[in-house]
Amino acid sequence: MKFTPTFRQLAIWLSLSWLAVFVLVPHLLVLVTSFLTADPSNLAVWPLSLDAYARLWDPVYAGVLIDSLYLSLMATLCCLLVGYPFAFVLSRFSPGVRAVCLFLMIIPFWTNSLIRTYALKMLMGNKGLFNDTLLALGIIDAPIRMIYTEFAVIFGLTYILLPFMVLPLMASFDRLDRSLLEAARDLGANAWQRFWRIIVPLTMPGIIAGCLIVFLPAMGMFYVADLLGGARNLLLGNLIKNQFLVVRDWPFGSAASVALIVLMAVLLWAYFQANRRVSRRGGLEDENLT
Amino acid sequence: MKPLSRLRVSGLSGLGLLLAGLVYLWLYLPIMLLVMNSFNASKYGHSWQGFSWKWYEKLWGNSALIEAFTNSLTIASLAATGATLLGALLALSLHRYRFRLRKLSSGLVFVVLMSPDIVLAITFLIVFMALGIQLGFWSLLIAHITFCLPFVVITLYAQLRSFDPYLFEAAQDLGAPESAIFTRIVLPMLRPAIAASWLLSFTLSLDDVIISSFVTGPGYEILPIRVFSMVKVGVSPEVNVLATLLILISLVLVCLVPWLLKRKA
Repeated sequence: MKFTPTFRQLAIWLSLSWLAVFVLVPHLLVLVTSFLTADPSNLAVWPLSLDAYARLWDPVYAGVLIDSLYLSLMATLCCLLVGYPFAFVLSRFSPGVRAVCLFLMIIPFWTNSLIRTYALKMLMGNKGLFNDTLLALGIIDAPIRMIYTEFAVIFGLTYILLPFMVLPLMASFDRLDRSLLEAARDLGANAWQRFWRIIVPLTMPGIIAGCLIVFLPAMGMFYVADLLGGARNLLLGNLIKNQFLVVRDWPFGSAASVALIVLMAVLLWAYFQANRRVSRRGGLEDENLT
Repeated sequence: MKPLSRLRVSGLSGLGLLLAGLVYLWLYLPIMLLVMNSFNASKYGHSWQGFSWKWYEKLWGNSALIEAFTNSLTIASLAATGATLLGALLALSLHRYRFRLRKLSSGLVFVVLMSPDIVLAITFLIVFMALGIQLGFWSLLIAHITFCLPFVVITLYAQLRSFDPYLFEAAQDLGAPESAIFTRIVLPMLRPAIAASWLLSFTLSLDDVIISSFVTGPGYEILPIRVFSMVKVGVSPEVNVLATLLILISLVLVCLVPWLLKRKA
């Protein structure tokens, strides 16, 4: 029994102190920094001020915030529209096939997402494959301008983030009790009713989790906006990156991040609410049923 | 019940397979284009101008890019190993021990999981500045270990929960110390999940752009940073070659992993 306390303490203290030093303290530091005063040479200094938050309401920056909310929302919708039926199809495969399918989805990650974004840039260029194909098919007469548009950014975000939408959706489809669908069918519900009244509500936690995992990171993906959207400040990520690495106004950059964290908290709250609702409706997560 | 339900969607499956196929085509089309262009004599890759190795030779001469490439692989494998070890300890303590700060522990893991990369990136940058840690190898490694951690913990924790709890109790009753339970029971039983977590961490680390751009230093450059400066202004065929090499490595790993797992079992 000599080792019992030692190993236990080692396991707990090592992991806990890592989390404290590299997660808890840094997040608090961001919060503190956002209330400090910007100083070009020392990055952030006393006294406390609300300047950074006041500047967030500046029309220029508020515009970036609205733009990036819009772009992320569109990307999230596209991911959901593609990912939902895709996850549904995948969840119908046998476990072996499904594992292979999931693996196939992960492999592109090993080519860094920046390199994949660069590939998209070449696809969407004026002489890229998309324009060439459309021209060859006679659908268009002159190349359409795709690159450096908002469309290109939404396309890129959807491309990079789709797997993050699919994974939680698949977990949700896995937990969907198929006999509920059979029961609904036996009771006379048509395909449309079964989809909207049973499948969608029961997979709602997956939908919200997926949207959360896509929507928030999408706002930070500055390299997608840089490569596909041109040199404008399109996403909140570009704004934050510029404040930290170029302009060196750390309080303002931190305040923009805190805004993102607050948004995250609101969305997480919605997520937990949705989870609770499903349990009450008798999904598989409800422990009273199993 | 299952075969029946499968029959009932059979009408969907043709359409469904088509959809799945299209999604995969979409996911792989850009990568295939890169591979093709890495052999294309044309610099801009707008049209096929004959087969050529010249971009491979050019990459071979670009020592900074090759260094960034090996640095990326080093960081990814070290971070995956570190995250897996730390994650295993964390998952075990969350599963087996009841301690005062347990809620805080799991809460912080959740925070890392949910925080967007850009937020994590600035939290790391600020704490490294505050602690006086030089930006470079160590800052990259610490950041990568930390952002991979929640994925390891979730994978291992789920696996631990699926084990028979009496197994641990039996070992304890027979006098096994905690460290022996960890090394003789937990680790061997978790082996597939540990392999999966390592692979996932490796993947996430290799894919990361945002966090790396904030915590990298002039002394230790990794791939995305190097590539970013190259592709931002124009086209660079060496990047196509790098992408091809990365895909080749992943294909080798894909073939190697099942073989390794089989051999161990």
